[in-house]
Amino acid sequence: MTATTTQAPADKKPSGGPRKTTDRAQAERRLGIKLAAPAAIIMLLVTAYPILYAVYLSLFRYDLRVPEENAFVGLDNYILILSSGIWWQSVFATALITVVSVAIELVIGLAFALVMHRAVFGRRTVRTSILIPYGIITVIAAFAFRFAVQPDTGFIGDLNPLGGPVGSFATIILTEVWKTTPFMSLLLLAGLATVPEELQEAAKVDGATAWQRLWKITLPNMKGAILVALLFRALDAFRIFDTVYVQTAGQFNTQTISGLGYNALITRVNLGLGSAISILLFLMIIAIAFLFVKGFKTNLGAVKGDR
Amino acid sequence: MAAITMRGITKRYADGTEAVKSVDLDIADGEFVILVGPSGCGKSTLLRMIVGLEDISDGEMRIGDDVVNDRAPKDRDLAMVFQNYALYPHLTVRENMAFPLRLAKVPEDEITRRVEEAAQVLELQEHLDRKPANLSGGQRQRVAMGRAIVRDPKAFLFDEPLSNLDANLRVQMRTEIARIQKKYGTTTVYVTHDQTEAMTLADRVAVLRKGIVMQVDSPRNLYNSPANLFVAGFIGSPSMNLVPGELTGTNLTLPFGKVDLPDEVAQRLTSPQVADGEGSSTTTATKTGTRQVIVGIRPEHFEDLALVNEQDRGSGMVFRNRIDNIEWLGSELYAYLPYSGGEAIAQQLGQLAGDLDMEQTIGEEHQLVARLDASSQVKEGAEADLWLDARKIHLFDPESGAALARPPIS
Amino acid sequence: MTALTLGAEKVGAGTTPARGRTTKGASRQPGSGAIWKIGTAVIVAYALFPVLWIASLSLKSTADVGDRKLIPVSPTLENYRGIFTSGEFVRPLINSIGISLITTLIAVIIAAFAAYAIARLDFPGKGLLLSGALAIAMFPPVSIIGPLFNIWRDVGLYNTWPGLILPYMTFALPLAIWTLAAFFREIPFDLEQAAQVDGATPYQAFRKVILPLALPGVFTSAIIVFIFCWNDFLFAISLTSTDAARTVPAATAFFTASSNFINPTGQIAAAAIVVTVPIILMVLVFQRRIVAGLTAGAVKG
Repeated sequence: MTATTTQAPADKKPSGGPRKTTDRAQAERRLGIKLAAPAAIIMLLVTAYPILYAVYLSLFRYDLRVPEENAFVGLDNYILILSSGIWWQSVFATALITVVSVAIELVIGLAFALVMHRAVFGRRTVRTSILIPYGIITVIAAFAFRFAVQPDTGFIGDLNPLGGPVGSFATIILTEVWKTTPFMSLLLLAGLATVPEELQEAAKVDGATAWQRLWKITLPNMKGAILVALLFRALDAFRIFDTVYVQTAGQFNTQTISGLGYNALITRVNLGLGSAISILLFLMIIAIAFLFVKGFKTNLGAVKGDR
Repeated sequence: MAAITMRGITKRYADGTEAVKSVDLDIADGEFVILVGPSGCGKSTLLRMIVGLEDISDGEMRIGDDVVNDRAPKDRDLAMVFQNYALYPHLTVRENMAFPLRLAKVPEDEITRRVEEAAQVLELQEHLDRKPANLSGGQRQRVAMGRAIVRDPKAFLFDEPLSNLDANLRVQMRTEIARIQKKYGTTTVYVTHDQTEAMTLADRVAVLRKGIVMQVDSPRNLYNSPANLFVAGFIGSPSMNLVPGELTGTNLTLPFGKVDLPDEVAQRLTSPQVADGEGSSTTTATKTGTRQVIVGIRPEHFEDLALVNEQDRGSGMVFRNRIDNIEWLGSELYAYLPYSGGEAIAQQLGQLAGDLDMEQTIGEEHQLVARLDASSQVKEGAEADLWLDARKIHLFDPESGAALARPPIS
Repeated sequence: MTALTLGAEKVGAGTTPARGRTTKGASRQPGSGAIWKIGTAVIVAYALFPVLWIASLSLKSTADVGDRKLIPVSPTLENYRGIFTSGEFVRPLINSIGISLITTLIAVIIAAFAAYAIARLDFPGKGLLLSGALAIAMFPPVSIIGPLFNIWRDVGLYNTWPGLILPYMTFALPLAIWTLAAFFREIPFDLEQAAQVDGATPYQAFRKVILPLALPGVFTSAIIVFIFCWNDFLFAISLTSTDAARTVPAATAFFTASSNFINPTGQIAAAAIVVTVPIILMVLVFQRRIVAGLTAGAVKG
C-alpha cells in the first residue's frame, strides 16, 4: 500500500504538478532570503565583526598611549582583571543595582499594571503618563534625580545622599526604577490581558478573595509574561552605564562593569584590557540569559511570537 | 456569466499528498452548485483552484470556453466571498464595493451607479460611508456580496460565507443569498460543511470525501437515493440508521426482525443496470445465496404502529422493540431503540464515522433513532410496537459501500 | 420581511456589545473603585513629578536655583535664552535630531523588508534571524565601543554622523524588526488574495491593500526606534569628541564639566525640558500605538 503510493508519482510522467508547487515555495524562499538579507548582513557587520575584533584585541597588550609596547599576551588581560579587586567591586555594584532595582520594579510594575488593567476612569491618562519616564532620555532622568537630591539645587534639604555609598546606590536605583518601571508594567499589563476574565469570575464564584485571586489565579497564569519582563529588564539593567556616569561617576564603589570598560577603553585608551572587560561582560549577559531560559524554563516561544 | 468545466482536476502537494483527486464536474451557466463535505475533504481547495488562488497540479479548468489553468486570479473574472469576508478595513463600504471596478478602470459615474444599485439591492444605502469595523456581521456579509455583484462577474464563488454568523442571522442570509442569486442568475459555486445550506440553496450538490467527488445530484436525489454509504451518512439529519442485514433472495433479516422487500426495491436489486452502475460484481450473487448487506433506514421512515393506517402497514415491517429514551420536540418525537448484532458492521461504520468527522454517532452504540409523530404515546423504558416503511429501505455493499438498491427517485 | 430582517439584525448587533459592557462593568467594579482611582493618581504623580521639578529648575534664575522651592519665586526664561544663544546646545540638538532621524529612516526601511519576509513568507533561517535580532538587542554596547573606537579612527568615521548611525543600527534594527514583524503579523494577508480576485495585480494588491494597513505599524516602530536613538549615551560619548557629531545626552554630560564657574544646573534643566517636551507630545498623541508597539511580540498568548 505504502509502496504504491510512493511509486505513483514516479510512475506517472513527471507532470508539472509537484514541481509547480515546489517552484512556488522555492520562489517564496528566495524572496524571503532576499528581503531579510540586508538586515541580517548589517546586523552581523556592526555586531559580530566588532565582537570578534574585541576578542582578538583582548588577547593583546594594546594601549594607544604606548603603542610601541603592543604585544600578544594570551589570557594575561583576563587573569589580571579576574584577580583585581576593582573588577569584583564593579561586578558586585552591577549585580546589586540589577537585583534590587529589578525586584522593586517587579513589585511596583505589577501594582501599576493591575491599576491600569482595572482603571475605568482616566485609562488614557494613566497609560500616557506612564510612557513619559520611558520616553525621557536616561541621562536627563539621571540629572533630574541628581539635582533633586543635591543640597545646592534640590528639594530635600541638606541630606546629600550622593555624598556617601548608601545614598549613592539608593539614588542610582531610584532613578533606574523610575525610568524603567513603566516598561516593566506595560509588559506585565499585556500579560494580565491574556488571563481570561472568566477565570476571575469562576474564582469569585468559588469564594476566593481578591488577594487569593491575585496569587492563585492571576499570577500563575501570567508567569510567562513575568519571566519575560524580568529577563528583559535584568539584561538591560546589567549593562547600566548612563545613570552612574551622571550621578556618581563611579565614586563610592558604584562603578559598574560597563563604566569600568568605558574607562579602560575610552578614557585610558587601553584597548586590550578594556576589550577583555567588555568580553567578560558580554559572557555574563549570555550566562544570565541562559540561566533564565534554562533555569526558569522561560517560554521563549512567547517571546518569539510564533514558531 | 459562464459555465465552469473541470476535467481531471487534481491538487498534489510537494510531499505527494493529494488534496483533490481527479475531479470531473460540469457546472452549467447560471447553475447554483454547492460543494459539501466534512472538513479536509478538499472542497475549499477545489474552490480556490477555480478562482486561481491555488495552482492546478493536473487536469483542465475551463470557464466558458477558455482554459484558465495558467491565468492569474485577476484575469479569471470571478468574484469571491471569503469566509471572513476579507473586507478592506481601511476603505469605506462604498470604496470596498468600488474597489474591483476601480481596478478595472470603469468610469467613475458608472461605478457610482453600480455601487448605489448594489447597495439598494442589499439594503446597505445608509452604511455606504462607514468602515467595515463599524458594521455588524450580517452587514459585513452583505458588503462582501456587494463587492461581488457590482462586477457582474462570470461566476460567484462563496467559501463558507455563513459560518461566522450566529444561527438566526445564518438563516436570514441564506435566503438573502438565494434571492440574489436568482435575481442575477449568475453561475455560483458555494462551499459549505453545513448540509442544510447545501440542501436549501443548491440546484445541485457535489459531495466530496478526501478529495474525491462521491456524488453530484440535486438535493432531493441525494436524500432519496444516495449512491454510497458516505453520502447516505452525510446527508440527512439525524443521520440515516445503518444496521447489518442478511439478504436471502428478497428476504431481508434485520437484527430486530425480518421483512420481505417490496417489489419496487427487489426489482432494482436484481436489475443488471443497477449492479453494473454501481460497479459491484458481488451483486450478481443476490438471487442464489445469502449475503451480508448494510441496511440504511432514515429515522423519518419509522412510525408508531398505532398511527399507521391499515393499507400502509402491509408495505412495511412491524416489529416490537424496547425504547430507551425519548426526546419530544413538540413537532416530532425521537425515540432511541437499542438492538443487538451491530458488531457485525462496527468496523465499516467506525471508518465512516471517522470520514464524517463524527464521534460515535454511527456505529459503537447499537441503537436506532426513530422519528415518530409527536402524538405518539410510546413510553420511555417500555416496549412499543413500531413500523418501518420497507419501500424506503437502502441497501449497501459492506465491502465497497456502494448502494445496492436505491429507493425510486420521487 | 425586509423590515423584520433589519430589525432582528439591529437587535443582535445592539445586544452583543451591551452584554459585553455589563459583564465588564460588573467585574471592573469589585466594590473598591476608590482604590483604583487613587492608584491612577499615584501613577500620574509618579510619572510627572521629576519632570515637574526639572521644569521648575529650568525656570529659576541662577540666584534662585538653590532655594529648595518647587515653585519658582521669580520665573525667568533666561536659561532657555542661554542655551539657544551659546551654541553649546544648539549644535548637539541638530546632531541628535539628524542622527536619530537618519538612523530611524534607514533602520525602519531595511527592517520593514525583513519583517515582511518574517510575517508573510516561509524561508530558511527565519527563526534564526528573529532570535539573532533578539540576542543582538540584548548585548551590551560597551562590548563593541573599543573596536569601533579603533576602527573609526582609522577609517575617518570617528566624530562623524555616520560614525554614530552605524553603531545605532545594532539596537535600531533588532528593535524595528521585532516591532514591525509583530505588526505585520496582524495584517490579514488574505486580503491580498481578495484583492487579486477583485482584479488586482500582485503589486496593486500590495500598494492598495497591504501598504495602507502596514503604515500605522511602520510609523509606530519609527517612533520607538527614534526614542531609542534619542536616548543613546554610551556610543555618543565614546565615538565623538566635538560638537561635530556630539548628541544632546553627551553634550549635557560635558556641559557640567566644562563650565565650572557658574552653576549650569538651570541651563541643563532647560536643555532637558527642550529635549523632553517633543517626546511627551509624541507620547500624548500616539500613546495607544506606542504601548502596542512596545509590548507587541514580547508577550503573546
